[in-house]
Amino acid sequence: MTSQFQRDRLAYKRSRARRSTLIAVLSTLVFAVAAWFAITSSPGWPRVRSSFFDLHSAAGALPAILAGLWLNVRVLVVCEVLILVIGLGIAALRTLRGPVWFPVRALATAYVDLFRGLPLIICLYLVGFGLPGLRLTGVPDDPVILGGIALVLVYSAYVAEVFRAGIESVHPSQRAAARSIGLTHAQMMRIVVVPQAIRRVLPPLLNDFVALQKDCGLISVLGAVDAVRAAQIASAKFFTFTPYVVAGLLFVLLAVPCARLADAAARRLARREGAA
Amino acid sequence: MTAILAVSGLVKRYGEHTVLDGVDMEVGEHEVMVLIGASGSGKSTLLRCVNLQEELDDGQILLDGEDISDPRVNADLVRRRMGVVFQAFNLFPHLSVVDNVTLAPRVVHGVDKVAATERGMALLARVGLADKASSYPDRLSGGQQQRVAIVRALAYEPRLLLLDEITSALDPELVGDVLTLVRELAEQGTTILMATHEMGFARQVADRVCFLDGGVLVESGPPEQVLTRPSQDRTRQFLRRVIAAGRLN
Repeated sequence: MTSQFQRDRLAYKRSRARRSTLIAVLSTLVFAVAAWFAITSSPGWPRVRSSFFDLHSAAGALPAILAGLWLNVRVLVVCEVLILVIGLGIAALRTLRGPVWFPVRALATAYVDLFRGLPLIICLYLVGFGLPGLRLTGVPDDPVILGGIALVLVYSAYVAEVFRAGIESVHPSQRAAARSIGLTHAQMMRIVVVPQAIRRVLPPLLNDFVALQKDCGLISVLGAVDAVRAAQIASAKFFTFTPYVVAGLLFVLLAVPCARLADAAARRLARREGAA
Repeated sequence: MTAILAVSGLVKRYGEHTVLDGVDMEVGEHEVMVLIGASGSGKSTLLRCVNLQEELDDGQILLDGEDISDPRVNADLVRRRMGVVFQAFNLFPHLSVVDNVTLAPRVVHGVDKVAATERGMALLARVGLADKASSYPDRLSGGQQQRVAIVRALAYEPRLLLLDEITSALDPELVGDVLTLVRELAEQGTTILMATHEMGFARQVADRVCFLDGGVLVESGPPEQVLTRPSQDRTRQFLRRVIAAGRLN
């Protein structure tokens, strides 16, 4: 049986919690009503509603946009796999030590500097229009593949930096222990360093994955008929902006599970670090 | 007695600071050599040099008569012949206890998984940790982690065991278990080179004691001589400080 003090304390805490919830609910409601009133009472609202939120054109555009989104998802999956492999490879090259590896390190660093600095849209144009322009045999001319190459080039640079941060966060004593039992540098990286690094960088990796998800829509600038391109076509057909809103909402729906997954991964990590 | 390890004229500098200033030392087969000295006297650096984790600035290290300080020697192959136990355990946190222990036999020495696990389990049972085989290191106490670390270093039957202040990070009541294990290893003839602050333990278990001060090996000999009748002033001063701190019993 708990003491009277403890029961009083619990009762007080419960009353505070109830008050906080009440304030939160009220303030949210007030804000939502005010925002709704401000938007719907604006002079342009009727026009905006008919061009951006037209149910008829939304329903008409949906099948084509969904078909386009399926292309985005396939591009996403293939690119993500390539990005993880290439990014990890570049990160491993950047962490090599010793003068022998200087050229390799310098190349990897130059790659990261170049593709992290280059705007994705410019990379898309250069790869999408420049590469086929060379008219080399074997160079693909499919805008989906070219767009995918551009995405992989840019995102590998970002992901390489995430991996590198993870690799360098593994304490030197782990390397000392790994070498002391006779592991080679490569074995140490594969068995001891990289597995620990990946656990630590899972949340930022998932964050980059969510960013890639929407940037997949940019392959439309090369003419690939993805969700964004399908929305553009439907928009011209129905003469409203509604298909863009539909495509935008679908991208958000796609991102939500990944964002929650990233949150959960971050929470799990925080709990484990706390327990250790 | 054949020397497993022979160090001569070993010099190690960090920038301007000379950590080891011409150390000569030999460890014979089945011998337990204990390094004593204040923090910063060079004990740990000496162990790291022997394990080829540091580049030497001068001198020579022979392991079983082979010059392992020669840069043409493959350091990975040399390290396979030594086991190291660290002050902070340095277990691999993402691997279970038994995987920590069997990693080197499997990956480095090509022992198949079944045989490596069998031997790993036998070693864990010997240190009373068989029931922890599938646990992760974070779930173990410091003393348990250090016993696992010792087993990890023994799992591939090294010629020489290097122990670097292995009880310094442990709570006082956990030190005993770890030292008992080291004593058993010594009695079974394991060749050990250890740095420690446990003077009582050094006196009981060491075959020889080396006193290091400022990177110089001031004196060495049987423990009863170095610890009770030291010939050098610096050794006497060090021991007086140790006694004043209540560490010699």
